[in-house]
Amino acid sequence: MADATSIWERLGFRKASGVGEAGWGHTLLTAIISLIYFLPVLLIIITSFKLQTEALAVPPRFFPTSFFGLIPEQWVFTPTLENFTSVFSRAYTTGGAVESTGFDRFFFNSIFIAGTSVLLALVIGTLAAYGFSRYALKGNDTYLFIILTTRMLPAIVVIIPIILMFRVTGLAGSYIGIILLYTAFNLPFTIWMMKSFFDELSPDVEDAARIDGSSEVKVFFKICLPQVLAGLAATFVFGLILTWNEFLFALLLTGVDTRTVPVAMNQAVAGGGIGVLWGLLAAIETLFLIPVFLVTFFLQNHLLRGVTFGTVKR
Amino acid sequence: MSTIEARKITKRFGDFTAVKDADLSVAAGEVVCLLGPSGCGKTTTLRMIAGLERVTAGDIIIAGKRMNELPPEKRDIAMVFQFYALYPALSVGENIAMPLHYEKLAKPDRDRRVKKVAEILHLTDVLDRMPGQVSEGEKQRIAVARAIVRDPNCFLFDEPLSRLDVELRHSMRGQIKEVLSGLSKATVIVTHDQLEALTMADRIAIMRDGVIEQIGTPHQVFTKPNNVFVASFIGTPQMNLVKGRLEGVAGAKATIQFGGERVELEVNPAVSKLKPSQVTLGIRPRAFTPIGQGARDTIIAHAELIEPMGAETLVHARTPDNSDIRVVVPRDVKFKIGEKLHLRADPSQTHIFGEDGKAVRG
Repeated sequence: MADATSIWERLGFRKASGVGEAGWGHTLLTAIISLIYFLPVLLIIITSFKLQTEALAVPPRFFPTSFFGLIPEQWVFTPTLENFTSVFSRAYTTGGAVESTGFDRFFFNSIFIAGTSVLLALVIGTLAAYGFSRYALKGNDTYLFIILTTRMLPAIVVIIPIILMFRVTGLAGSYIGIILLYTAFNLPFTIWMMKSFFDELSPDVEDAARIDGSSEVKVFFKICLPQVLAGLAATFVFGLILTWNEFLFALLLTGVDTRTVPVAMNQAVAGGGIGVLWGLLAAIETLFLIPVFLVTFFLQNHLLRGVTFGTVKR
Repeated sequence: MSTIEARKITKRFGDFTAVKDADLSVAAGEVVCLLGPSGCGKTTTLRMIAGLERVTAGDIIIAGKRMNELPPEKRDIAMVFQFYALYPALSVGENIAMPLHYEKLAKPDRDRRVKKVAEILHLTDVLDRMPGQVSEGEKQRIAVARAIVRDPNCFLFDEPLSRLDVELRHSMRGQIKEVLSGLSKATVIVTHDQLEALTMADRIAIMRDGVIEQIGTPHQVFTKPNNVFVASFIGTPQMNLVKGRLEGVAGAKATIQFGGERVELEVNPAVSKLKPSQVTLGIRPRAFTPIGQGARDTIIAHAELIEPMGAETLVHARTPDNSDIRVVVPRDVKFKIGEKLHLRADPSQTHIFGEDGKAVRG
């Protein structure tokens, strides 16, 4: 006689056919896998609280406290905020006044440039996507394909002509230059994403609005746009992450005043001749994570709906 | 005056002709149903009236005014869509209020109007909910409420009941009919359900392949179908259509041969104009009377399948030339499978269609 409940079920695994809340087994398994994926980020965050000697210690020290003697002493480090303060200001060991590293400016640059260009791309791209979705031109697919071809090459292939264009037009090193570039860089993705959201909407609803006396502008703003909010959120977050982390264009096209964090980060830790300052690097990275983390966190409900939009037939 | 007139309207999509030379006029207070199988062009016709599709040729005249070039928002019409097309981002109340932007009403007036139609359609309790949170039947009523909240030129309904289950459909059919009867507007309803058309319409336009085959009252299209298609489309169970050869007409009696049998049937005088030719005989299942023995005017068939339908019994029978015949008899008339039936058709319900499929009628 086979037992009705297997050992797996008693451990919390449900039968495959059952739909419901996950058992403890599944939850634990998922937690372990998530932890493995999260480990690199976790290490960075931990390292940001360590002094250089502890950051380089082998075996690595994982725990900020010994939990009342529970953890052996060689795995424990003493947390410090020194790295975070030295992100923004530094004092030389030889003496002299404390001076700013300029990172407050770089963080502002990153937020301003990425935020502006992604929003700009969202506005232009959403309008374009609506156009492509609703008012099919002859050879509509060809236009969409051409739009996408700009993203088929690695950025480095087009960097030389772009640098020359920026030189000639005097856009190099300016906010407007890099913002325009990032806007163009985000547009294909935005148009394709948003078009698929608009395609999913029932055209009947728009027809109904027209019959009920709405102009085309009103149809777009009052009827269509509220239905694709999830899509806007998803597109915004993806665009933001891509732009936030962009390095190559920023390296070559921003000036001292318009430098973004990824570029500044590279320059802050590479110089000095005493090797990489891991604690400082980790502190910059931890700070760098926060804005995108917050945006994603506040938009996550929309995000999930946006990503899975259209995958289920209603 | 609330009237709709379509004059020889045609719609082509590339090489495909969706609607061809359709003529339709709807008087104030009249309900006309466009009835036909899917893909026959009935929805396209409706959308042309609404202005959602441009006519390729012909004229759309609403309330006495030619509207060909006007966009839908300028035509002052109300339409109920098949999938209701409620605005997902607006509450039920806002959905119903949407058409009122036509008339620049003050907010209290608007609220009053919304409340009034909500009462008529029993929606008062759901006005604050979102469309995603109401039942299918309520969605349907919201769509109707949104249409009747104003005083438009005319009403258009696109398959309004097709998404409801049978029970709801029955009650909604009655409700819509009742609401419409109080408004005296020209109304066009598109449907593929003949029962809906027969019960709701003052007149029915039957369409096939983009052409209006016949327009008439429910009684007319049922009792006097213009051609084989209309005859087969209207009525359940379907009219029996049996091919045979007209051999001659003597007085009111026509001799028709089919399956090696000769039958003398009483027909209308117009048939006497026909030369001997192939004809199609159309007889409704309920027009047959089984009689005890064969006669010159009876059709012979063998019972093959017997389906009790409650009040009546549907008998599928096969003639000697292998045509199927459906016969509906009262419940108390009993047959056995394989039994030979002698069927006499009611002459007033016997239709003769010529070689071209058109009814031969005086």
